[in-house]
Amino acid sequence: MVVAPTRNDTGQQPAEAEARTSPEILSGAQITCRSLEAEGVTTVFGYPGGAVIPLYDALPEANLHHVLTRFEQWAGMAAIGYARATGKVGVCIATSGPGATNLVTALAEANLDSVPLVAITGQVMESLIGRDGFQEVDITGITLPVTKHNYIVHRAEDLAPTIKEAFYLARSGRPGPVLIDIPKNVFVSKTEYKVPGKVGRKSYQPTTVPNMRQVRLAAELINSAKRPLIMAGHGIILSGAEAAFTEFVEKTGIPTIFTLLGLGAMDEAHPLSIGMMGMHGHRRSNRALDECDLLINFGARFDDRATGNLNGFAPNAKVIHVDIDPAEIGKNVPTDVPVVGDVSEVLKVLTPEVIERDHSAWCNWIDGQHNRVLRAALEDRPAWPEPYAIVKTIAEVTDHEAIVTTDVGQHQMWAAQHFGVRHGKRWITSGGLGTMGFGLPSAIGAKMGQPDMEVWSIIGDGGFQMSSNELATAVQEKLDINIAIINNGYLGMVRQWQDLFHGRNYSEVEISAPDFVKLAEAYGATGIRVTKDSEIREAVEKARSIKGPVLIDFVVEPEANVYPMVAPGAANSDMMDDPQWSPSEEDV
Amino acid sequence: MEQTHTLVLLVEDHPGVLNRVVSLMRRRSFNIDSITVGHSEQPGISRMTIQLRGNSEDIEQATKQLYKLLEVLKVSDLTPQEAMIRELVLVKVAAKGAVRAEVIQTASIYNARVLDATPNSLMIEMSGTEEEIESFLTMMRVYGIREMVRSGKVALARVAQRKAGHPDRVVEGAFAAAD
Repeated sequence: MVVAPTRNDTGQQPAEAEARTSPEILSGAQITCRSLEAEGVTTVFGYPGGAVIPLYDALPEANLHHVLTRFEQWAGMAAIGYARATGKVGVCIATSGPGATNLVTALAEANLDSVPLVAITGQVMESLIGRDGFQEVDITGITLPVTKHNYIVHRAEDLAPTIKEAFYLARSGRPGPVLIDIPKNVFVSKTEYKVPGKVGRKSYQPTTVPNMRQVRLAAELINSAKRPLIMAGHGIILSGAEAAFTEFVEKTGIPTIFTLLGLGAMDEAHPLSIGMMGMHGHRRSNRALDECDLLINFGARFDDRATGNLNGFAPNAKVIHVDIDPAEIGKNVPTDVPVVGDVSEVLKVLTPEVIERDHSAWCNWIDGQHNRVLRAALEDRPAWPEPYAIVKTIAEVTDHEAIVTTDVGQHQMWAAQHFGVRHGKRWITSGGLGTMGFGLPSAIGAKMGQPDMEVWSIIGDGGFQMSSNELATAVQEKLDINIAIINNGYLGMVRQWQDLFHGRNYSEVEISAPDFVKLAEAYGATGIRVTKDSEIREAVEKARSIKGPVLIDFVVEPEANVYPMVAPGAANSDMMDDPQWSPSEEDV
Repeated sequence: MEQTHTLVLLVEDHPGVLNRVVSLMRRRSFNIDSITVGHSEQPGISRMTIQLRGNSEDIEQATKQLYKLLEVLKVSDLTPQEAMIRELVLVKVAAKGAVRAEVIQTASIYNARVLDATPNSLMIEMSGTEEEIESFLTMMRVYGIREMVRSGKVALARVAQRKAGHPDRVVEGAFAAAD
């Protein structure tokens, strides 16, 4: 959620505005809980340990629901799932040492995907810091490159203002992770609790409102382009600008492609939606990139998996780049018109400046660039459950309204290509970091944040085995989440690369697994196995009717590849299709 | 075109700020030639001078990334035309017997100062531009440099710099507030 600084630094919450007459003397741990409540936090994800025992001592009396995960990294990913499903700041807690280091991957995840996250770690007593105390690590040093900012708090009286500032940093500007390291003695020491006043720093003033001169330059290009193309990124969703964005697209009549994290910025079923771009994007999206004469990027950072080889990226296009982070402008792709600002604020002033246009000839040309994969895979259904069909069935049965989380790999790309995401904050996937194991904990977080929404997690058999212990968390919290395992017995994406680029040298990609149905049952969840295409729909419908976590083990063809594909290092124009199709099917 | 740039940073004087700056430069693959840190004229604000090589896009990217650090208040890219860029060198030179007077005389050409003397050597302090220092050291090598330390560059713009603030007015029009 991108929030103008003025809204968050005004300090007092209504409930706290009532002057407290006598000074309240509280422990650092109590102040920490109070400060979280003051930020509107209701749910935290964590794992206790020595250095945070004082904090856990204060937790039961606080108005916070603590979700006990089975591994700190998954507490971090659950907090990320929560944040991405709600737009609120996710909160995770871990103890010092190994607890803190286990959070590092989650912080890196949040940093690359701009997720608002506050991590609280315990630290050894200050008297032990620097002396290699038991479970001591320099977590602020370790996490420096993967956080938006981090703190170590040395005095209990600094806790409330620090936590307030941390939340402000996490959610304002370009959102990101902030870590607060709190030594055990600071949790224990007592001080007067004061509601902090205004926070924020002179050096931190995110530009949310764009420069009007740049907006007019952008509008001029948009109004005169012959083959304009919009690239929709995560920034639109972070800004909550989906409706304003759709309005802009409709007014300009410009076809729109999506980054992996931009899915949901506009209904994919919209006539002007072309689909995902990039390494496993739709053929027509990448073909449109080749031909467009203007590319308008809203809130995406030109990641290499989206752009392919930069030398062949949108070779004929001028580039407008709208981003809240000035450092993204020109980082990867030279930009003709940079517009620095929050997408919502930019659209407020840009939409009135653009004229209504009709690009139907250009749109028709793009429509002609078919995706052969879809036709072949869906019209000629095999006996085994076809991954595309699994994704499509879940989408159809839930009317594309469910929150979908994924893990990382082939299933992730199949889901991204074919779910047809309708709304922002319902497509939760690990984009920048590509963290295996993300699927299940992020589904837990999403369900905690949106208990009334249906949550599906599409996961591969490899990624699921990284975080399957979180089934226990889902059962303990009685969460109605549905897990679809696309089980091909391989680390499929690596196997696909070995197949295509390493002479089928299948090195360490064959992966065994426990009986997932029995595993689910052992945890107290429900397990269903599907081995035939004809059983997909029934299983999906059954899963929706069962209370508690349900796991469906879809046993699929072991060596199916994801197509189309841009080979690593190649330009987006060089898309590979499944070699089993004959040239006569070529329709470009 | 790759060339040497001198970035001057005004930063909040907090523990760990130097670590944040240096870590950022390393992870973004910017190669620091020299870095100096000290107090500025404003209490609570330190001044860093970083010399690094790169083309103008690299330096712009480095500047923008530096602005993302919470403690960084202001970054300026100073060119030799608009700033005084100086370095201090202390050098211990072999100077025994008859050579001694010659060393002192040579040092005086560079306005260098003799700080300390032993029967076998002289310690000399010299400050100046990179070129002046290199020239001075070339001469001193003739006598034999026993030990040497260089401070790294410090720089001050000739005209008064604008007050510490946001990237707004520094980089491009794009970052200015709405007009």
